[in-house]
This record gives sequence, structure tokens and C-alpha cells, in this order.
Amino acid sequence: MSDAADLTIAEAGGRLRDGSLTAADLLDAVRRRASMTEAIIHGYLTIDHDGAAASAAEADAAFARGEDRGRLQGIPIALKDNMVTRGIETTASSRILAGWIPPYDATVVSRLRAAGAILYGKTNLDEFAMGSSTENSAYGPTRNPWDADRVPGGSSGGSAAVVAAGSAYAALGSDTGGSIRQPASLCGVVGMKPTYGLVSRYGLIAFASSLDQIGPIARTVDDAVTVFETIAGHDPYDATSYPGALPDVRTGLTEGVSGLRIGVLSELVSEGVEPAVAAAFQATLDRLAKAGAEISEVSLPTTKHALSAYYLLAPAECSANLARFDGVRYGPRLDGASVEQMMATTRRDGFGPEVTRRILLGTYALSAGYYDAFYGQAQKVRTLVVQEFRQAYQQVDVLVTPTSPTTAFALGARAADPLAMYLSDVCTIPSNLSGDPAISVPVGLDEDGLPIGFQVLGPALGDAMVFRVARAIEELSGFDSRAALASSEGAV
Amino acid sequence: MPVEIDIARVARLARIALTDDELAHYGEQLVGILEHASTVQSLPTEGVEPTAHPLGIVNGLRHDEPGPMLDRDEVFAAAPATDGPYFTVPPFLDE
Repeated sequence: MSDAADLTIAEAGGRLRDGSLTAADLLDAVRRRASMTEAIIHGYLTIDHDGAAASAAEADAAFARGEDRGRLQGIPIALKDNMVTRGIETTASSRILAGWIPPYDATVVSRLRAAGAILYGKTNLDEFAMGSSTENSAYGPTRNPWDADRVPGGSSGGSAAVVAAGSAYAALGSDTGGSIRQPASLCGVVGMKPTYGLVSRYGLIAFASSLDQIGPIARTVDDAVTVFETIAGHDPYDATSYPGALPDVRTGLTEGVSGLRIGVLSELVSEGVEPAVAAAFQATLDRLAKAGAEISEVSLPTTKHALSAYYLLAPAECSANLARFDGVRYGPRLDGASVEQMMATTRRDGFGPEVTRRILLGTYALSAGYYDAFYGQAQKVRTLVVQEFRQAYQQVDVLVTPTSPTTAFALGARAADPLAMYLSDVCTIPSNLSGDPAISVPVGLDEDGLPIGFQVLGPALGDAMVFRVARAIEELSGFDSRAALASSEGAV
Repeated sequence: MPVEIDIARVARLARIALTDDELAHYGEQLVGILEHASTVQSLPTEGVEPTAHPLGIVNGLRHDEPGPMLDRDEVFAAAPATDGPYFTVPPFLDE
């Protein structure tokens, strides 16, 4: 197998710099891979062929001039379609934004462009990032490259699937309750949610503003570090952006886990975890212990309430954020005799069932008389979660859990039961409430050949520690399996 | 905790025009989710401050300096209905 689409960013970058491959070659490799896989996977909503070709030519010209803007120069990257791109349709997988051409770039998009990356296409997601399977897309589901009858996870399912399939070298996802880490786990790739505030949310179509965070999905921890370094940094256009110094995530990356204290978050490793997931989790703990880490159990009782608090906070913020989609400034409009009728019919037609459900839930939780009992109380529970995590990090360097209690489930299996779907995120939601960094790294396959993810959680601004432990796990577990559909040959 | 929802009022507040069947369907689902979520009310939170930003950053305002603005023609090109430099909508008020 010597297909350029299967190289890591680090390897591809080496080949660009030794002159054995050009950016145009990398783009061709990704195109060929997409042409073989997209009919089945449907990871992309839009591919910007012309823009990508122009960026590749620019990158090759820059290399020829001896100009080097860093590790992503000339590398094809995919973007979740809830990040706005000037001149390229952006829908957040919703009918209510069908055909919308944004008049500006998200900050992460500007940063990738400035770094010389090739923005290849926009990936499918659950509508407005609400879901855990990418089935809630108005443009059809994405399928898992390991088994096309199964979901890729969500909501960044398109981003995880194209990275697993080899039709992008890395992708950006967004994570409100696990939407980077859970699909990365189900697709056998690395997915990282940075500390809240490290990556600008300017131009990320808002779902739940106090929880949303953009992060990298890549095939190796090293590549995820590269993407993180490019997109992170203070942004005056985001009022919640962290103004302090960025964590240095590269210097200590390969220092390993010897002497580190690793806490197993006991509330999240017991109930509902599939036997194969539990076994892979334990095997990884054993490897970490053998490598010199000190493993202990840590109990955080409030995390049992995290899911409940999340399903009050996230819908409440979503109902406020999605009020802007009213048929006035962008998107399609349905007629109505009054402005209220126009808005109500436009919104009814434009939003899918999951988004409608969450808007109604949030509207109720914020309505007069219920605010304190629901949203207010959930925000206080959030404080308790934050405090418990802070205390835990006095005793341990990182906490660990399985990323998802199960491997990829069948399309349609959980579509009828919102609560069952919400439980997919039970292990990932606590770090959105705490705002802390977390990463999923693949550690093995179950009996059906489906990937299993291992999650590492760290303290706020401890992004370097999270990457370092994940890097060690990647090396210890030696996971190098590739998705069945990751082929440019068509013989799948 | 039993939860009661006036789902028609909620849908009106959310500006989503739903049929009676849809209202009944969503109403039932919301009750189920809220009964699960209302377990947060069992936690004692006397004297606990609510958290909105985990790092405690509040209103990180940028300097009040002129910078590039959105291109007006590009913005209007995406609008469903405009009249010169205005977005237009159906009437707000009864005659």
C-alpha cells in the first residue's frame, strides 16, 4: 500500500519538503480516495474543487520559492459544515440554511488559510451539531468507513469518516457534548476537544455557546497537535476567547507516562459499557501501568448528574442561538400573512425533528417561572462538576474513561429513542461542562472489527498533558488498523 | 418529578408552527426528557454560584477600533427579500 492518501500529515509534510510529492499530488490522492468512497460514505456535503486546486498551486509555488508557513502548508483538510467559509455554501446540515453563501470566514478558516492548508471540503454533521450519529442531517446520513451499515457517530461524523477513509489528512470538528471525541472513537481516529476558550468560536454556527469548542480530528496524535497549534490562539472576535499564553503542546509530547498519576473515573466505567470496550480499556490501563504510570480509581459522584444538566443547558442555549434563523436575513423563507406567521412556518419547515425538539425543550426551560428550576439549577450543578474535577486534579495528572460505552451502532438503531441516543455521550459530556481538554485515541477493535476509543481528560489548560498521555497510549497500543473502505482501488 | 408542559404555548414562544399531532408528540417526548433531567433538582445547591464560562472569563471585549466590515452586497445577496439597503418582512402590525 503506497497511496499518498494514507500518509500522515507528518509523513506528507516530509515528502513535500524533500520534493518527492507536491501539494497537487496530495490533493489528487485525496480526490481519488473521495471518488472511490464518497458514494458509500457521504462524508462531504460540498467539495471546493476550484478553491482546493488554487490553494495547492499556491502551496507548490510557495515551496518552490522556499517559503514555508509550517506543517499544514499544502495539506488537504476538511471542515465541518457548521464553520463558515466565505463564498462556499455553509448549511450546518440544515434546510434552514440551504444555499447560504457566507460573507466571511470563521477564524479557524482564516488561520488554516494563513498556514497554507488546502481547504478541500465541508463535511456532514447532525443538523446544527445536535446528535450522536450524523443521521439528523437534512442531506442524508454519513456511513462508517469500517462498516457501511453503521453510523460514524456524531455530530462531527462526516469529519471523522473522511479522515478514517483517507479523503482528508485531518478535519476540524466541533464538540458540545462529545461531538469530536465520540465520532473519532467510532471511526478509529484521534479526536481532541481543547480547553474551552483556546480555539475561537467566531464563525462557528453556535449551538450551545458556553459548551461549544472546535478541535482537530486526525489519524495520529502528532497530526492532531499540528492542527491544534494552527487553530488555537486568542481572538478579539470571540468574547469568550482565552487571552493568556497558549499551552506548549509539542515540547513534552513524547515524554511518556512514567511517573504520571492516572485516575480511572469510576462512575463512567461501570454501567452500560460493552464487554469488548471494557476489555480494551483494561488492557490499555495495564499497558500504562507497565510503562510506569500510577493507576488509581477516582470517584466524581456529580458526574452522574452531568447528562441531566447538559440536557437542560444545551437546549436552553440552542433555543436562544437558533432564534436568529427566522427567514429574515438568510436562508429560505416561507410566506405568511404576518411576520410571526412567516417566521413560524419558515422555522417549522427549516428545522428537522431533533432540532425542533431541542428548541422546544430549551424554550420551556428558559420560560418565565421555570428558569430557576431548570437552567439556573443546571448551571449550579455545572459549578459542582467543575469543583469536583478541580479537586480530582490535585491527586491525579489525568483522568481516563472509555470514549463511548459502545462501538459503532447500526443506522436507525437509536433514531426513535432520543434518550437512548443521548446516553451515547455519557462519558464525553462531563468535560464539556467542566470546560477541560479531552482526547479520544483508538486502542483496538471489537469482535466485529469496529474501533474502540480510549478517552484522556485533563485539567483546564492541561492540553499538553492530554496530548502527551494520548501519544504514549497510541505508541503502547500500536493501533494501526485501517477502515475497510479506506482504499482508492474500488475493490471493497 | 412530574412535569407539566403547555406545549402549544412553548411552540408559540419558539415561533415554530406545529400541527396538533406534532404538538402531542413533542409534548410527550419533552415530558420524558425533563423528568429524567429534573434529577438535577435533587442536588443541594444552596449558595453555589452558577457557571457560564469554565475559566471565568466575562465579556472579553475587543478594543473599540475600526476594522474591516462585512461587504453589504454580499450580505444582502443571501437575504430572502430586500428593498434597497433594507431587509423586508411581512407586516408586523394589524391595520
